[in-house]
Amino acid sequence: MNDSTDQAPALECRDIVRTFGKFKAVDHVSFSVPEGSFFSILGPSGCGKTTILRMAAGFLEPDSGDIYIKGKSMLGVGPNKRPVNMVFQHLALFPMMNVADNIGYGLRRRGVAKAEIAVRVKAVLERIGLADSGAKRISQLSGGQKQRIAIARCLVLEPDVLLLDEPLGALDLKLREHMKVELKKLQNDFGTTFVYITHDQSEALVMSDQVAVMNKGVFEQVGSAQELYYHPDTAFVAGFVGDSNRWRGRIDAADASSVKLTTADGLSFAATPPKAGGLGAGGEVDIFVRPESVQIARAEADVQAMDNRLQGRVESVLFNGANSRVLVREPRSGGEIDVALPQTGAFHELRKGEDIWLGWGKDQAKCFAAGEAG
Amino acid sequence: MKKRLGFYLLLAPLLLWLFGLIIVPHIDMFFLSLQEKLGPGDYQTSLANYAAFFNEPLYWNTFARTAIMSILATMITLLIAFPVSYYIAKLAQGRIRAVLFTLCLLPFWVSELVRTFGWMILLRETGVLSHLLQWTGLAGQPVEMLYNDATIMVGLVYTSMLFMVVPLVTTLDSLDNAHVEAGYDLGGNGWSVLREIVIPHAMPGIVSGSIVVFMLCLGNYLTPILLGGKSSLWFTEQIYDQFITRFNWEQGSAFGFLLLILSSAIVWTGLRLTGQNLSSTMGDGGER
Ligand SMILES: Nc1ncnc2c1ncn2[C@@H]1O[C@H](COP(=O)(O)OP(=O)(O)OP(=O)(O)O)[C@@H](O)[C@H]1O
Ligand SMILES: [Mg+2]
Repeated sequence: MNDSTDQAPALECRDIVRTFGKFKAVDHVSFSVPEGSFFSILGPSGCGKTTILRMAAGFLEPDSGDIYIKGKSMLGVGPNKRPVNMVFQHLALFPMMNVADNIGYGLRRRGVAKAEIAVRVKAVLERIGLADSGAKRISQLSGGQKQRIAIARCLVLEPDVLLLDEPLGALDLKLREHMKVELKKLQNDFGTTFVYITHDQSEALVMSDQVAVMNKGVFEQVGSAQELYYHPDTAFVAGFVGDSNRWRGRIDAADASSVKLTTADGLSFAATPPKAGGLGAGGEVDIFVRPESVQIARAEADVQAMDNRLQGRVESVLFNGANSRVLVREPRSGGEIDVALPQTGAFHELRKGEDIWLGWGKDQAKCFAAGEAG
Repeated sequence: MKKRLGFYLLLAPLLLWLFGLIIVPHIDMFFLSLQEKLGPGDYQTSLANYAAFFNEPLYWNTFARTAIMSILATMITLLIAFPVSYYIAKLAQGRIRAVLFTLCLLPFWVSELVRTFGWMILLRETGVLSHLLQWTGLAGQPVEMLYNDATIMVGLVYTSMLFMVVPLVTTLDSLDNAHVEAGYDLGGNGWSVLREIVIPHAMPGIVSGSIVVFMLCLGNYLTPILLGGKSSLWFTEQIYDQFITRFNWEQGSAFGFLLLILSSAIVWTGLRLTGQNLSSTMGDGGER
């Protein structure tokens, strides 16, 4: 019995549903988070991320389904009795206590001896690099320091799972970039299981071992950052994760490995159908092509071998070091195509107004039944 | 120069009010209180009127009684108002919230006199409650519920309620729900969250509400007199007595001054004992 609980995932949700009135905020969601991993839930605003987290923390009960922490069902267990802690969106540090009292709060609640609390608070402050901030007031801390204190306040309790609700949301861009790395480091150092929710894909992709992409109360796909980026299962994931060029068209012919389609403007494309299949001639589909999958050429001959070819005119060059892009205007549809410049620097002298050829293989074009995409 | 003038013009009503209605009468009262009446039209400057307060046990006993009853009334009001305010500020939503708040306000739509007579109609020997008790058989004969300390207390608490609820609702409203949730999440229970998070946050409201209620009780005249009857022994009654019945304005002024000084001293002691200070209460309490 004990053995099986040791192997159990740190957090497991089985088929949880939560409604507010008639509105289904979380709709039959199941997932499990292995011990010691960094799990993110990524989705647009209002998709139900916070609702899931609050159910895990115990502030909300699911309508149906069950939540297990280290193999134990948490139904009916109060938030103060669960071995999980939460870092709130606005951190919720207690302004009337100093830093040390904030961190010691949970230990005091557990009845740990005063001397022991002082030792453990000091140790955790040292680990987060704020050793001499114990006596400071919360209002005297910078945004990044508050962040670390809020996390330390939870980690000092050694929870089985740490839940984080968009904790970087309130920070400015530069600090956010810095805290991403910092958070991942903290997670590695402490070895705690992190469940992190965000609507910022770069946060999720950079830090996580596993990412769940969520939309309208359901999980669209769960996988590593690479899987989501290179092998999206649904149109929503393809559109939401990373940048894509997108076309909508009608299927002319389809088989198991390729789809031929024509857009309303008369452009023809070849693309790869989803694993699930189910696309037939006449159906409406969306195709997604990443900017870095598109090859640029000065002559048509250079892209002759590609499944898809287009001619266009350079609209603008967006230079940004290794992430430089060109926007190419396609004359027939009038649409703009976002293309990444090759890192070799071969096209660095490209100018606005130049005519150019674009090409990509059909495996670079992901095709999904037309619908709503992120 | 012109700006200055505008500023002073705007300030003028406030200064006039402060000076004309508060400072001048008090200065006058102060000098009056130092006059000792030797005979008709014959006065000398002395502290005799103040000495009378300390030498006559009835006076300072009355004062002590008034102060203790007022402190008690303040504490009872706080104990009742806190859960009510918490409910209004944190738990009630939309319409219910507005209705509850109005309900607290409603008693103040009728004058204090009428309100107090309302209590008398309920509580007197031939009143509604007495009849009800007899009718249900809980009492064999008419019950007099007026003219005792408990009734005075009920009246004071009832009159003071709003002045405690308003500052409490305001401060509790500004308490972030996430703080309460964080308190539970980190292992706190209802009691410890209340003690360590809710009450410290609400402290400015508690202090300012308590000061207002205490001062109102201490200076109340109608409620103790009407509900407590002649034996109510309220200090304001002594002052009234000196001014109106005995026509001893000098003694009345001295009592008035003593009331001011002693009540200030009690508030100061109260602040000291609870480790608060006035500026953090009246100013932005959030800066603590
Ligand atoms: N207490 C509630 N009562 C009614 N509806 C609610 C409640 N809490 C959340 N909702 C609804 O449930 C949906 C999901 O809310 P949730 O807070 O989980 O979104 P989210 O994914 O965290 O969004 P965000 O990124 O904006 O924080 C929203 O449409 C919201 O309006
Ligand atoms: Mg949210």
